[in-house]
Amino acid sequence: MGEDVGRYGGAFGVSLGLLDEFGPDRVRDTPLSESAFVGAGIGAAIAGMRPIVEIMTVNFSLLALDQILNNAATLLHMSGGQVAVPLVIRMTTGAGRQLAAQHSHSLEGWYAHIPGIRVLAPATVADARHMLAPALADPDPVVIFEHGSLYNASGSPEPDGAPADLDSAAVRRSGTAVSLITYGGSLGKVLEAAERLAADGIDAEVVDLRTLRPLDDDTVIGSVRRTHRAVVADEGWRTGGISAEIAARIAEQAFYDLDAPVERVCAAEVPVPYAHQLEEAALPQVAGILAAVRRAVG
Amino acid sequence: MPSLGADMTEGTLLEWLVRPGDRVDRGDIVAVVDTAKAAIEVECFETGTVEELLVQPGTVVPVGAPLAVIAAAAAEPEAGAPAGTPHARAGAHPAEHQAGPIATPLVRRLAEAGGVDLAAVHGTGPGGRITKADVQAAPHAPAGDGPSEGPAVPSPPQAESHGHPPTGPGTHPAEADGAGGRVRASPMARRIAAEAGLDLARVHGSGANGTVRAADVRAVLRAPAAPVPSTASAQEPAAPAPSPPTRAEAMRQAVGALMDRSKREIPHYYLSTTVDLAEATRWLRDRNRQLPVAERLVPAALMLKAAAVAAREVPQLNGWWTDGFTPAPAVHLGVAVALRGGGLIAPAIRDAADLPLPELMARLRDLVARARSGRLRSAETSDPSITVTSLGDQGVEAVFGVIYPPQVALVGLGKVVERPWAANGMLGVRPVVTATLSADHRASDGATGARFLSALDRLLQQPEEL
Amino acid sequence: MTARKRAHARRSADRAGGRAAHRQELLRDMVRIRRFEELCVELYSAGEIRGFVHLCIGEEAVSVGVLRALTQDDAVVTTYREHGHALARGIPAETVLAEMLGRITGCSRGRGGSMHLFDTGRRFYGGHGIVAGGLPVAAGLALADNLRDDGHLACCLFGDGAFAEGEFHETANLAALWELPLLLVCENNLYAMGTPLAREHAQIDLAARAASYGMVAWAVDGMDVLAVERATRRAAEIVREGHGPCFLELRTYRFRAHSMYDPDLYRDKAEVERWRHRDPITTLARRMHARPCARRWPPTTGSSSWARTSDATAAPSG
Repeated sequence: MGEDVGRYGGAFGVSLGLLDEFGPDRVRDTPLSESAFVGAGIGAAIAGMRPIVEIMTVNFSLLALDQILNNAATLLHMSGGQVAVPLVIRMTTGAGRQLAAQHSHSLEGWYAHIPGIRVLAPATVADARHMLAPALADPDPVVIFEHGSLYNASGSPEPDGAPADLDSAAVRRSGTAVSLITYGGSLGKVLEAAERLAADGIDAEVVDLRTLRPLDDDTVIGSVRRTHRAVVADEGWRTGGISAEIAARIAEQAFYDLDAPVERVCAAEVPVPYAHQLEEAALPQVAGILAAVRRAVG
Repeated sequence: MPSLGADMTEGTLLEWLVRPGDRVDRGDIVAVVDTAKAAIEVECFETGTVEELLVQPGTVVPVGAPLAVIAAAAAEPEAGAPAGTPHARAGAHPAEHQAGPIATPLVRRLAEAGGVDLAAVHGTGPGGRITKADVQAAPHAPAGDGPSEGPAVPSPPQAESHGHPPTGPGTHPAEADGAGGRVRASPMARRIAAEAGLDLARVHGSGANGTVRAADVRAVLRAPAAPVPSTASAQEPAAPAPSPPTRAEAMRQAVGALMDRSKREIPHYYLSTTVDLAEATRWLRDRNRQLPVAERLVPAALMLKAAAVAAREVPQLNGWWTDGFTPAPAVHLGVAVALRGGGLIAPAIRDAADLPLPELMARLRDLVARARSGRLRSAETSDPSITVTSLGDQGVEAVFGVIYPPQVALVGLGKVVERPWAANGMLGVRPVVTATLSADHRASDGATGARFLSALDRLLQQPEEL
Repeated sequence: MTARKRAHARRSADRAGGRAAHRQELLRDMVRIRRFEELCVELYSAGEIRGFVHLCIGEEAVSVGVLRALTQDDAVVTTYREHGHALARGIPAETVLAEMLGRITGCSRGRGGSMHLFDTGRRFYGGHGIVAGGLPVAAGLALADNLRDDGHLACCLFGDGAFAEGEFHETANLAALWELPLLLVCENNLYAMGTPLAREHAQIDLAARAASYGMVAWAVDGMDVLAVERATRRAAEIVREGHGPCFLELRTYRFRAHSMYDPDLYRDKAEVERWRHRDPITTLARRMHARPCARRWPPTTGSSSWARTSDATAAPSG
């Protein structure tokens, strides 16, 4: 359920055709009441349903943050293990479409701060397709962040492929010189940077985090132990963001394997501007990733 | 002083609404207290007669301190409970009252602050109780001798027992002096250089601002004409030494040397038995139910006590081996404590077999805390006569330990686990623990060790005797 | 007397006897809650219970009247002032008290404390600490009931403060729109913490505002347990008939401060005293021709003896 998921087919067309296929009981248009319909999803999940709630964009999710943080993430613990909330919340995240300051947030790092929920950020068509079923099977709340710029990506995931593993990061490209760590909408830029680096003889490894909570330390740290250098790229603001968390964990667990300071490529610390060139300048770009890698590799 | 909020630690008594001799009922408002937030009325939970007001208006007292004495209706004055503290706590420490002068905590605190010996004060209050006025009238301790001189100078922390080099200014590696400042090197480069015994000052840094990177160190180590041997081997003690060991490394070395000696010199034999803890667990639960949280006993204390008593019963295991066995005059029970950041230390609880359980428990808590903060007294580290190690909280079921020389035995305790257990022809689920003994075959034989373990088992079946 | 007349007389005597027994139960439940909370005060003062503790002394008619009118299959979502609701729902007093003492034997295994009592076996989905935060969850429980068409309802209790929150209005609209079996019970004790009703609401007729969402809504004397029980039964019937949510405004009053650390400076002592004359316990007892009513009726008994047994009650002898 969610705003315009039924008759409209979803603001980004994600649920197009589902109303006809499953009917109005299972595909429900809601009023513009984020708190009420996310909370209703929580209540229905408590009562044994397996609801998927769509919040149109991450910025609107702030209106439902009380429900997500104080109820979905908290009830199991606070009730001494009695109240499980098997809820899936999907929402659009990210910038890059000239939607200006109120529709361009990347707040998945905030959500990854909250114990009690699982936070997913699919970056590939296959993950977008196959993360949903295991998320629904999870007995606890799962929040899926879909980057708006990826909705037009195409691919041919196996229709009945195996459910995605929700615990592990994925090495999307193996390399030896530096670990590029990213997720979601930044993966494409990072892979492009890796190809350009290869042309210069720098063999970069690309790690796609996939799950932002709980973080897969083993894959990230293992990669850094092999390459001894790390560059983290994400669209969130630098201060207190998920990239800060990754850098801290590397410092905690792989300090003596580091041959250069950890580099971060993040969004500029301003509200995301509207004008195309300003927006480009505010977000991580391939050139910035290349510069960071060159600093690290020296 | 009642607790009037989670953040309240003390309050100021503003006003009494009752006087001595007044009758009060449960639910009456008896006083007004100023907290950080507002003036709040204090409700009374007893019915009786106000006997004495212990706190004057304007005084700040901590939460939990008695404000007044209320004599319960139709009861002895002594049975009265302080207002604001229900359940007649006054009866909780009768032994203390009989043993020493009768005084409220407030009066005790005043006496302590003023250097007054309460034993020398004549109490004018009911039942000979010492009042605030008595303390104020009492002669104070001679000036210059008491706390009025200001806070006592804390004694310097004891040196660590395991021979750590003192870590202080002036003992840092010479690298600081090397090239007119600290060498700029990545953590990895530092690690590789240290492993190879290579002085970083000799490496040319190729990174930004001359930072030494791993590749620079490797290049020096690979170079055939390198002035430094590729491994800083033992035959060349004059080679630039790696930086002095850190605390953790020094501790590691000390533990390593001791254990090495143990395994070289002591012919160990090992025994193991599984002990049914159903009775002990039940007894502990019943006992703890009556105790405030802070005074509750943990199963570990019970098992330590049992081990100490068993060691007293089997003296061949309690002592030291130096050119022959010397039995110890008492059981000084070593307790292996894992230190945060690595390392191990096994200080002693002295005379453990003679300590009542609560005392043993308090000593254990104190010892562990001090061991972890490096504040052990030398006697505690010098003469344990037998040591107990427990890896139970690490989830281990049995531990076969290495004896601390010159001791001759080490008791290992595992995790308390529930297991199917046959007793009297019936199968049930019982909490059990695996107790092991590592003993020195020079000092005792297996039969002696077996006696120890069976004594331990027997003692734990009669926890009330401990 | 004919046989028919005798049968009639017996039936009305049975009815009268049954009614008396029922009222005794209501009285017993209310006294039990009051005694429990008095014990809480004592334990809080002694430092045994910590954190925020919100008492419902004075509001017992709401707890008992509402919860008694629901079935065991109905779901209950409530606020942080929920000791009375939990006890009236049948959660054993020991586990509620153990919870407040932070023990593993508590009804939320010591994780929740006073504000977060849970017992899913009794479909008691918790005390919620965020004002109005439980309302959307209750709507979701009702949605599940609706989809299953199982005839159960979800009952959400909340205060007059919650009525000012967006979450109340979002939930009221959603529930009315989807015709959810949701019973909204506003426990209006006239103060949102320290702010009186008239200083937080432009229109203080809460029932009238709720009715604007297209649901049946009315106000009830929340100090009269019989009226509360009757109104709740009626509202539950309406909800079960499938016409969507129903709203009750129960006008009540807490005799004690908002929480244990509230100096209660914002209320006139005379106001509190006036409301004490409408004490729900005394009111019912008087109506039952029970023994003469003291101001604190029934006489205080030792709280420790009460704490020892779960079913200990102070049932009236009259």
